[in-house]
Order: sequence, then structure tokens, then C-alpha cells
Amino acid sequence: MTATTHVEFALDGQALRVPAGTTLAAALALRDHGCARISVTGQARAPLCGMGICQECRLLVDGKQCLACQTLCQEGMAVDTGVREVGQQ
Amino acid sequence: MNSNGKLSSMEILIVGAGPAGMAAALAAAPSGANITVLDDNIAPGGQIWRDGPNASLSAQALRLREALAHCTNVQVMCGTRAISIVGSHALLLEDANRGWIQHFDTLILCTGARELLLPFPGWTLPGVTGAGGLQALIKAGLPVEGERIVIAGSGPLLLAAAATARKAGARVLRVAEQASLGSVAAFAAQLARWPSKVLQAIALANFSYRTGTQLVAVHGGQHVESVQLRQSGQISSFACDRVASGFGLVPNTQFGQLLGCALTTAKNGTQAIKVDSLQASSVPGVFAAGECTGFGGAERALAQGQIAGLAATNQTKAAQAVGPERAHWDAFATQLNRRFALDPALRQMPQADTLVCRCEDVTHASLTQCNGWTDAKLQSRCGMGACQGRVCGAAAQFLYGWLPPTPRPPLSPARISTLLADMTDAPQHQTRTTSHQGNCVTPDEHAQPFGTSVA
Repeated sequence: MTATTHVEFALDGQALRVPAGTTLAAALALRDHGCARISVTGQARAPLCGMGICQECRLLVDGKQCLACQTLCQEGMAVDTGVREVGQQ
Repeated sequence: MNSNGKLSSMEILIVGAGPAGMAAALAAAPSGANITVLDDNIAPGGQIWRDGPNASLSAQALRLREALAHCTNVQVMCGTRAISIVGSHALLLEDANRGWIQHFDTLILCTGARELLLPFPGWTLPGVTGAGGLQALIKAGLPVEGERIVIAGSGPLLLAAAATARKAGARVLRVAEQASLGSVAAFAAQLARWPSKVLQAIALANFSYRTGTQLVAVHGGQHVESVQLRQSGQISSFACDRVASGFGLVPNTQFGQLLGCALTTAKNGTQAIKVDSLQASSVPGVFAAGECTGFGGAERALAQGQIAGLAATNQTKAAQAVGPERAHWDAFATQLNRRFALDPALRQMPQADTLVCRCEDVTHASLTQCNGWTDAKLQSRCGMGACQGRVCGAAAQFLYGWLPPTPRPPLSPARISTLLADMTDAPQHQTRTTSHQGNCVTPDEHAQPFGTSVA
């Protein structure tokens, strides 16, 4: 495989390597809890609709609010979910 | 491309690059009109032809994509979201970098449909997705190899999601269809009228498929660990890694509503944009095609898109000639909606503490005390979060019989700089015609942040 078939980026400071063309919502699952955000009552949430409707997968990419399901993983991007620990209620 | 030269200055804006939008653009392209197709997803194709590292596109999808790429007067803008309307002939758009106003003479809405996601205990746990949602995520690269997956809800999409999951190496333990065996058998018996659908059905046949089976609850600590299903009063439990659940499709009518397009009640009880035999909405110059006019599948969307593209470019006779094709697939849609009608017992799925609104974390118990949408918004902020009621609005219509609230701009969360573009209406952005410039709404109409309006 050549270098262009994969991209590497940082998810909450942790390096991840995924096939090029993978969306950020799909890549979240590579981390144990797969979550994107914390809800207003403190629940960790993961992608739900997968198609830009539900807004459950919103997170910060290089400081900008994005929907993970409509964002491709790109070389060198810094993703911040704000999810440090799952299970908090 | 420009065969008659008459329409070369006409601006056609198509919202949605799924089958309907692609067909509309291809049908309108020979007129020579300037055509822009926008879609908020990463690639054209809509949900059914979603591209990605784990997607294998059909020959038909590839053919349409290639044909579109060859039309020099068609510009496809992916990753672009329509935020609001600006006057009667422009939309406020946003991509990853900027916001701008796009003018049009004719608008074709191909905004598709979203999944009907109904609340049940545990549906907010990580690992629970929509059925189409699971399919979309797998195509987009979600690794599910070796995972145990249960799919539940209603409609043929469950089988399509199961096939995608299995192809990606997952073990699909159960596909639970809420419709009865009699209903599904009656649907299957009718399929001979649509031979291509028989082939699809055979390809999707699945030994783990069960009819008359409903979701009870999903359990887990930090992630899905198991799911309970009920069939004929018997509850069975499955240890699993993921649960995918969808109960049919809801037309995306928000843009049509903002523009003042009349709605109609679709065959499955949801609201859809009302169109005539040429796909024209009740608003002059605004057409609609595909799932936003009612759930009916890709073939119907292609026929409707073609009609809309032809009619929008005054090729009325050619548009009328596609009428029988549309009628053929309308009949399929009728069967689909009738045979997979939702059992009212599904209204018992949510428990008192089950969240219905996932944006504002509003429980079923607090909503059952409300007498309608306005009351619910005032009491609980239900439907006022980031998704703007797209998920809970359709759920509340099924659960409580509340008609979804009239959408208000902005229809999606947008950057402040995008909303400011609305006020400044920079004419250098994407405007090929000048007739509608300055047709800008007053700043106040758009200044309110999303999620603060009460219908």
C-alpha cells in the first residue's frame, strides 16, 4: 500500500490511521467508546443517523464545529470531541 | 449542450444530488441552462448510492455520475448545505469554508427523506444507529468485521442494511420487522409487477429475518451490550455489539415549507411536498422530485427527477412521456407504504424516562403532559436543539399525533459569518444572473440564533 491510501490524524490527541475516504464518524469507532459529544445532561453520544440529520456526531475539527458523518478524515487534522470519559450521567 | 440557445441564461438550482437530483440535472442539461446541484454530503448519489471506502456503486449510479461530470453547464457542489431562503429566488448556502447567497430562476427540491427514528429504552447508548444510518456508516468506512448486529424496525431498508453489514464481515443475528408475516407475504406476492425488485429481494433474502417482531429495549453500560425483542408476546435477548433501528422514511420538506410550498399527507402518513403531474409545487418556479414528495424508492425518484428537469426547461411533452414510468413506481410505493404500515403498539416502546428529544434530552414522561408542539417547546425546549426537530418531530407525530412544527430559518446550525453573508449579499458570489440581486431579506429576520424560536 502506498502512503496515499491512508491518512493519519489526531483524535483527542491520540494518533489514528484510517483508509483514505473514511468519514470521521466511521473513524470514531476505532476508539473504544466511539463517541462524538456530551449531551446537555452529560450523556456521551455517538453517531446515529450517519447522514447529516441528527447532529449527534458534531465535534470540533481544527477548532471548527463539524458533523463527523459529513467530514472526511484528512492528513494532520486535529479532532476534539470533548468526550473524556464515557458513562458519565 | 445548448441546443436551442433560448435558456442559456436561466439559472436552475437543484437541492440534493441523489437519484432525483441527478436525473433532474441530466434531463435539464441539454437546454443549456446553468445548473447547480448542491448536496451536504461528501459525494453525489444520495443515500442509496452513497460512495465511500466500503461502498460498491451500481453500474447505473456510476453511469449517472459520469454523465453529469460530462455536462459542462452542470456544477455539482458537494459538502454544501442550504441554510435558509433569501427572498423568493435565492438560498443561503454554506460549505466548510464560507457562506454565500446563490440565486436561481428555477429551483428543484430533491431533498430526499430521513429515517424515522423512534425512541425506545436504550436508544441513546453508543452503538445504536439508524438502519440506514448503519449502512451509511459502513459504506463510509465503519469497521464492523466480526461484530454481532441486530437490526430492527420496519421496511425493506432493514434487509439492505443487513446485506451491507454482512458483506462487511458482521454477524447479523436478527432482522426484526414489525409488520406481520401476512403483510410482508402480501408485499412479496405483489413484487412480480416490478421484476427488478424481485431480483433485489432475492439478493437480500435473509435467514435471520423475523416478522411481527418489535424492539423492547437495548441494554449496556457505556455501549450496546444486548437487545431485547418481542415476537408473539415472547421476549428474547441477544448479546450484541450494535443495534440498528429504523421505521421507514420521512420526507425532508423543510425547504419547501420555508418557500411556502403546499404539503400533502404521504401514503405512510408523513407530510410530503405536494406536486402536480409535472413535479411542480404550489409555488411558481419551484419543483420537487424524489423522496421529498413521499417515500417511494430510487426508481420513482429517477422518474420524478427526469420529469422535473424536463418540465423546468419547458420540455413539457417529453416530461409527460415519463408519466407512465412514474405511475409504475408510484404503484410500488403504494404497496410499500401499505404493507409496512406501523403497528400502533410501537407507541408503547418508550418508557417514562426514555429521551424523545436527543438534542435537549427531553423525556417521554414530560412530553406526554404537553398538549402539542408549542406547549412542548415552552415547557421543555423539545425540538429546539441542533437538529431542529428533524428527529423528535417525526417521532412525536407518530407517538403523540402532533403535526411537526413549521420550520424556521436557519434550518441547520450555521456559522455567524454565513448568516452575515445573508445581510451583505455579496454579488460576486456564484451569481450569474443579476435580476434577483438585492432581493435580500432584512437582517432581523435571520439574526436570531437557531433553537430559540417558538412556533
